[in-house]
Amino acid sequence: MSGAHDSMPDRLAHMLGWASLVLGAMQLAAPRAIARISGVDDSPAARVVIQLAGSRQLLHATTLLRGRKHATGLWNRLAGDAVDVTSLTGALVGRTGARRRRVAAATAGVIALTGVGAYAALRIRRARGRAADTAESELRAAITVKRPREEVYRFWHDFENFPRFMTHVDSVRMSDGQTHWRVRGPATKAVEWDAEIVEDRPGELIAWRSTGGSLVPNSGIVRFTDAPGGRGTEVRVRLLYHVPAGRLGGALARLTGEHPEQQVRDDLRRFKQVMETGEVVRSEGSPEGTRALRQAFQRRAQPVA
Amino acid sequence: MKANCWMGRNTVEVRDVPDPKILNSRDAIVRITSTAICGSDLHLLDGYVLTMKKGDILGHEFMGEVVEVGPSVSNLRVGDRVVVPFPIACGHCNACEHDMFSLCENSNPNAGLAEKFMGHAPAGIFGYSHMLGGYPGGQAEYARVPFADIGPIKIENGLPDEKVLFLSDILPTGWMGAEMCDIKPGDVIAVWGAGPVGQFAVASAYLMGAERVICIDRFPYRLKIAERAGAETIDYEDVDVQEALLDITAGRGPDACIDAVGMEAHHPNPAMYAYDRTKQATRMETDRPYALREAIMACRNGGTVSVIGVYAGFVDKFPVGSFMNRSLTLRSGQCHVQRYLKPLLRRIENGDIDPSFVITHRLPLRDAPRGYDMFKNKVDDCNKVVLSA
Repeated sequence: MSGAHDSMPDRLAHMLGWASLVLGAMQLAAPRAIARISGVDDSPAARVVIQLAGSRQLLHATTLLRGRKHATGLWNRLAGDAVDVTSLTGALVGRTGARRRRVAAATAGVIALTGVGAYAALRIRRARGRAADTAESELRAAITVKRPREEVYRFWHDFENFPRFMTHVDSVRMSDGQTHWRVRGPATKAVEWDAEIVEDRPGELIAWRSTGGSLVPNSGIVRFTDAPGGRGTEVRVRLLYHVPAGRLGGALARLTGEHPEQQVRDDLRRFKQVMETGEVVRSEGSPEGTRALRQAFQRRAQPVA
Repeated sequence: MKANCWMGRNTVEVRDVPDPKILNSRDAIVRITSTAICGSDLHLLDGYVLTMKKGDILGHEFMGEVVEVGPSVSNLRVGDRVVVPFPIACGHCNACEHDMFSLCENSNPNAGLAEKFMGHAPAGIFGYSHMLGGYPGGQAEYARVPFADIGPIKIENGLPDEKVLFLSDILPTGWMGAEMCDIKPGDVIAVWGAGPVGQFAVASAYLMGAERVICIDRFPYRLKIAERAGAETIDYEDVDVQEALLDITAGRGPDACIDAVGMEAHHPNPAMYAYDRTKQATRMETDRPYALREAIMACRNGGTVSVIGVYAGFVDKFPVGSFMNRSLTLRSGQCHVQRYLKPLLRRIENGDIDPSFVITHRLPLRDAPRGYDMFKNKVDDCNKVVLSA
């Protein structure tokens, strides 16, 4: 998540939590006094109704004061307010004079708190919508390759090798520190961007980030370390990118098996195959080689016609 | 070409399919001269192995003549006679470099599928589900053999197919089952399952110096073949296995136990059998582990249980208390065939072992469905079916 956290709704939620605590305690401890103040002391059911509302207020207080997910607590409290407002407006009917004025005042008080709650809840919802549009996702994946660290680093450093193991990358062209990427996105739409190397420590790490107005702003770092016990090189990739189509796009991609995390893991598996066996390994069930989408929809294990 | 295809539970069919093509530079295409039906093919037939697809070509025991090689294969020429090991292995990953070929890290393009079921992925295997690579098998006229520069062994001395075919799987599998028992002079070994793999495990255990080998099954004709390999036998439908083993070993239990049965074991007690059969049918467990449970309970304190029978997923009532408290060692694995090809070929050439003793039926490829039926239902004392093109 990026951007400053909006703390206003949290403060309002806390305030409402305290209000619920005080109200609830009073309603439970002194239902008769509350009934008098609210102008419903003439009703025989008032005491029970007020005590029930009091226990509910204490529940709201617990979720709003203790919880970290204020949105749920706020929406619950709003539902409770709706119940109170309904019973109070019911109480307006058939009352006159001082009692009617007190009932109206109590109703107004509840509605005021409802307004505060609704404002806070909606503000949280709006902030989430914005976050989904601009969310930066992080991916991590790692694999062990049975080749010397220098060799693994060199192969990765030649970005033009990427299409050999990254299925979605059509091409990477290099020219003086800049790389130009052409990648097939979801729904086979091609996406292009330029990237620059921001850090390059031979045999250790390569970091890059996209430049200019890329549609898919992204950056990444790959680290190479010796695997213990002479098992070659540990390759760890970390990618940061902005989800192009927000949450919906991510969900769709997950559904079709082309989730970015799976892609990166598959890319690393193919990278290992290329480093260790010289090429991407193909079976008749998966003739393109390792690929998440193909694993879900295998060809028959029969020769490719 | 013609190939024997899995068409769903309990159905195989010989169908016309396209001829194989080179897909990787280290591939070879082999014209198959002999191929066999394996006990583990019956797990596929019975529908207990997940990720099979209608039309998949079966078979992982085959040999033949090289008819085409990819540009990176320099050790084989067109016309060479080869036996092909069932695990597909690249030869260069960490597992292969440590001779753990059935754990090759590169030969399974569908490793992601296998990881979901098993945590980590083993190697690809010919004709053995998409979770294990999605490779067509060798019950066909031709097959593409990936990593042909690493796997296949050349047969240059004119030995007939029947003597060398089983190098592809069951001979080294039985051998590895015995090897994992770490046999010392005086050891008594018990083998569950008198199928061809169990029979080879019996023969291997003796070659490794076992004092006595006891083989357990319920088919007298199979026990007879095991007897020919030197085994004493127990028919578990006649006698209580635990009691018989205690008697034979004077109360110690066998020094090592080999499970050459796997996921579709039987139990003489109908209630016990119904229990696991029901759980398996309703997918509450994938495997019926009677042989494994019994082997663990029977093994002497501090002994070894070696598992070469194939298991697919999950079992229950695993006697973990017996296993832990009695310091047992559990060893297992799909056979690392490539490791055993040369030494076992030498033993066949020397005459130490003639693996053809397991064969009872020879059929043309087009009769593969009949072969499966006979083998599965033990028709006509069927022990091992060899198909030829």
